[in-house]
Amino acid sequence: MAKLTHPKRALSTNPLKSSAPLGAALAYLGIEGAVPLFHGSQGCTAFAMVHLVRHFKEAVPLQTTAMNEVSTILGGAEQIEEAIENLRKKSNPRFIGIASTALTETRGEDVVGELREIVTRRTDFADTAIVYASTPDFAGGLEDGWARAVEAIVETLVPSIDPVFKSTNPRQVNLLCGSALTPAEIEEIVRLIRAFGLEPIVLPDLSSSLDGHVSENWAGTSLGGTRLDDIGRMVESAFTLAIGESMRPAAKLIEDRTFAPYRIFQSVTGLKPVDALVRTLMGLSGQQDAPPSVKRDRARLIDASLDAHFHIGGLKVAVAADPDLLFALSSCLSGLGAEIVTAVTTTTANGITERVPAEEVVVGDLGDFEHLASGTGAQLLVTHAHGRHAAHRLHLPLLRAGFPINDRLGAQDICRVGYRGTRAFLYEIANIVLAQHHRAKPEDFGAAPIPEEFEHVPQIATH
Amino acid sequence: MADALKNKIADVFDEPACGTNVSKSEQQRKKGCAKPLTPGAAAGGCAFDGAKIALQPIVDVAHLVHAPLACEGNGWDNRGAASSGSERYRTGFTTDLTELDIVMGYGEKKLFRAIREVIGVEQPPAVFVYSTCVPALIGDDIDAVCKAATAKFGTPCIPINAPGYVGSKNLGNKLAGEAMLDHVIGTLEPEECTPYDINIVGDYNLSGELWQVKPLLDRLGIRILGSMSADARYRQVAMMHRAKVTMMVCSKALINVARKLEERHGIPFFEGSFYGISDTSDALRTMCRMLVERGADEDLLDRCETLIAEEEAKIWAELNAYRPKVEGKKVLLYTGGHKSWSVVAALQELGMEVIGTSVRKATEEDKERVKEIMQTDAHMFDNMAPKDMYRLLKEAGADVLMSGGRSQFVALKAKVPWVDVNQEKHEPYAGYMGMLDLVRAIDRALNNPMWADLRGPAPWDEPLPDLGGYVPPLRGTCPVTNASTEGATPIPSVRVTQASAERPNAAAGEGIGSFVSSQTDFEDC
Ligand code: SF4
Repeated sequence: MAKLTHPKRALSTNPLKSSAPLGAALAYLGIEGAVPLFHGSQGCTAFAMVHLVRHFKEAVPLQTTAMNEVSTILGGAEQIEEAIENLRKKSNPRFIGIASTALTETRGEDVVGELREIVTRRTDFADTAIVYASTPDFAGGLEDGWARAVEAIVETLVPSIDPVFKSTNPRQVNLLCGSALTPAEIEEIVRLIRAFGLEPIVLPDLSSSLDGHVSENWAGTSLGGTRLDDIGRMVESAFTLAIGESMRPAAKLIEDRTFAPYRIFQSVTGLKPVDALVRTLMGLSGQQDAPPSVKRDRARLIDASLDAHFHIGGLKVAVAADPDLLFALSSCLSGLGAEIVTAVTTTTANGITERVPAEEVVVGDLGDFEHLASGTGAQLLVTHAHGRHAAHRLHLPLLRAGFPINDRLGAQDICRVGYRGTRAFLYEIANIVLAQHHRAKPEDFGAAPIPEEFEHVPQIATH
Repeated sequence: MADALKNKIADVFDEPACGTNVSKSEQQRKKGCAKPLTPGAAAGGCAFDGAKIALQPIVDVAHLVHAPLACEGNGWDNRGAASSGSERYRTGFTTDLTELDIVMGYGEKKLFRAIREVIGVEQPPAVFVYSTCVPALIGDDIDAVCKAATAKFGTPCIPINAPGYVGSKNLGNKLAGEAMLDHVIGTLEPEECTPYDINIVGDYNLSGELWQVKPLLDRLGIRILGSMSADARYRQVAMMHRAKVTMMVCSKALINVARKLEERHGIPFFEGSFYGISDTSDALRTMCRMLVERGADEDLLDRCETLIAEEEAKIWAELNAYRPKVEGKKVLLYTGGHKSWSVVAALQELGMEVIGTSVRKATEEDKERVKEIMQTDAHMFDNMAPKDMYRLLKEAGADVLMSGGRSQFVALKAKVPWVDVNQEKHEPYAGYMGMLDLVRAIDRALNNPMWADLRGPAPWDEPLPDLGGYVPPLRGTCPVTNASTEGATPIPSVRVTQASAERPNAAAGEGIGSFVSSQTDFEDC
């Protein structure tokens, strides 16, 4: 079990985490026809928007209640109402997801109560679903914000039912996606589930909104995502599959409301974790066997492991990421014999950090990461794009994982889950190792170099 | 809000050198330039953002942000300002305030400790401490902390008081300038002064644009002594009071600095731009004339004219090679406004047709100039909503969009070429050689063979030839995508009209003037 440590310092150097409201906004973008709305000062929104745009290379709708000093002190209910009204006029969203920020949380408002009052009074808002999550910047990071937003969506949009009247569709399951999953990864898991003849309702579904596609029209809202009536139909699901420990509260909440049992998959990267998912899917679909394509993919993963373990075994890796991603990647690598010499994460809200296969998990920033990685002799860095400075200074290769990846294209296409994604991940790591050119010299072993006098010195032609 | 900050803001708003301001009545002026923001329709950056943008290009300073995560966590290392020296400015330092810090009021203590730590590790020439919304709301006194830290550690700690919620990015620029005037400028003396020393204010050296111009200055023997910002060192800011002339580049954002340098140290300033050929020449001319007025040798003027003649001839020769590739193409410009006229002139010279240009940040004077260049005001517009811009581009109203990053995707998703001309661009377009780079970029974007393929029909858009025979229709659903195959006929019976790779040819710039201006300036973040 990893020991959790908090470095004792006042200065944070090169932040690792992105803010909680940003995480919430991202989750909201996985709903169809959505506009996320930050309850705070407009600057926070501008920063978050630039961050999202650079990562996805997409226009991202994101709005703000534009609080100023006066409205912050007096309270922002009016600003929220006005923002909703303006947004409805401008882009006609079907869904508005509100996330609070440090500013409004410092003042402390009863937004939930005020919002309830607004929604009851403004009957004209009825055709827009409005959800609120409390996500102060000073508590937690992207993963927490995302989780709070998913909980808020479930809380507001999944109806509570009486078990007596529950009509279950045995082939329908809920799939709760944690913030660690990319659009391509969501797609991969959906594919796996469908291969068993099951029909998942994905929440939130970035795979249809931020997968990077050109649509025929311009909309001021998210272009795809979970459909609102599908969220309503989640009550009929037979089961909830939740990917990432951070999705546990949301899965529980669904169980409370719909009596659908759930199972948390802390990771779906690596042979064993995917096996666990497949066994669950077999059970849910009531069959003793898996489809041939899935079996084939498993056989290929085994082959990939055989080929890659030579390069991954004994490799010293430093990983910095939000808890769920940190756990998934480092447990997969350590399952092939790599040593996680440095593990840095962003928040402690998620208990998974203790299960990370490292001696110590530091809740810190990229400054800590760089410092630790150089002290522990790491050979490979795994973190988001900002790790490039550390990689440059330490002369180490960097595998980009997490958010943001703003200096490479195709961040949405990275897939490291399922049998197929794991296979690709192992190749990725092995190839990085193979790309490091180090030719051994006698000096490396303490031997004297070949004396210079033996070397042939070409003569300059003098005719 | 602390009274000191309130006074500062009032002072900054009452800028006598600002053209817009001068044309206002006394009462209007008191109100300031801050427009109230509309909830749900605002998009700009905050004052803190503006302050950081203005100062971050001072490359060797430790920029420490006193804030919870939001301000720095989402924003560090996100601009293309280049440095020829220290990389310290790229490191994000923040106090990362937690709930506990805020509730218990540990903010000031934490800040003091953070300053000590950053000085210990980095030994920077100075620490800039940025205030943000939350510490300002709970009343952290960063001025006092900075004062104490300066006294204790001997490294100047400069408070930058521009918490986000006091206003826009533009206000933040100015507040940052005030902080420099109050605490930095005039604190160090240069080893020697020459009559060829200038200050550069307000160019952020994006991707190294300053370096495209510096060779020209070098050839004239002009030295950049003071700088804010543009690849500046702290010492250069501290020595600004010794230059002979200040050039304000491209932007009025730091006009208060230029004016107060004149007021306090008698350094005259001028506004100039290094975008476009004629503007570059004009800027060099003005600079030399003013230096001569202040004691530089008369022959500087002749040398300057020779240089301009040489450079202009050379660049036009190179540009003309591109004429056949860009001639007749329709350009839509969506930029900050005031810095692009000279670019417009050059593009027109090359036979391109500028069908519209935004004047959203331009002054009346600027607008007059556009009118002059374009010969009509029909092509001026304020803000365009993304939706409208998309429609315009889709209807082939323009062949290429030149704009900042936000509208990039509007153009691309409409399958229209796009050229980046704003803050985050990766290529420098300044000076004479920059114009060539810009035209090259336009050519590359416009004439990429990809566009024809992308706009062409998909396989299913064109009818198949009648293959004869019978294929039974598909049944059931796809096991992978779960898509229903119901209704899908293997061979389309309906003839589809052939989609053409050619784009419909809408009248050039038709109705640009009639676009309803959108309230949100979505480019302004
Ligand atoms: S608006 Fe305030 S809290 Fe938000 S980024 Fe700007 S300074 Fe920070």
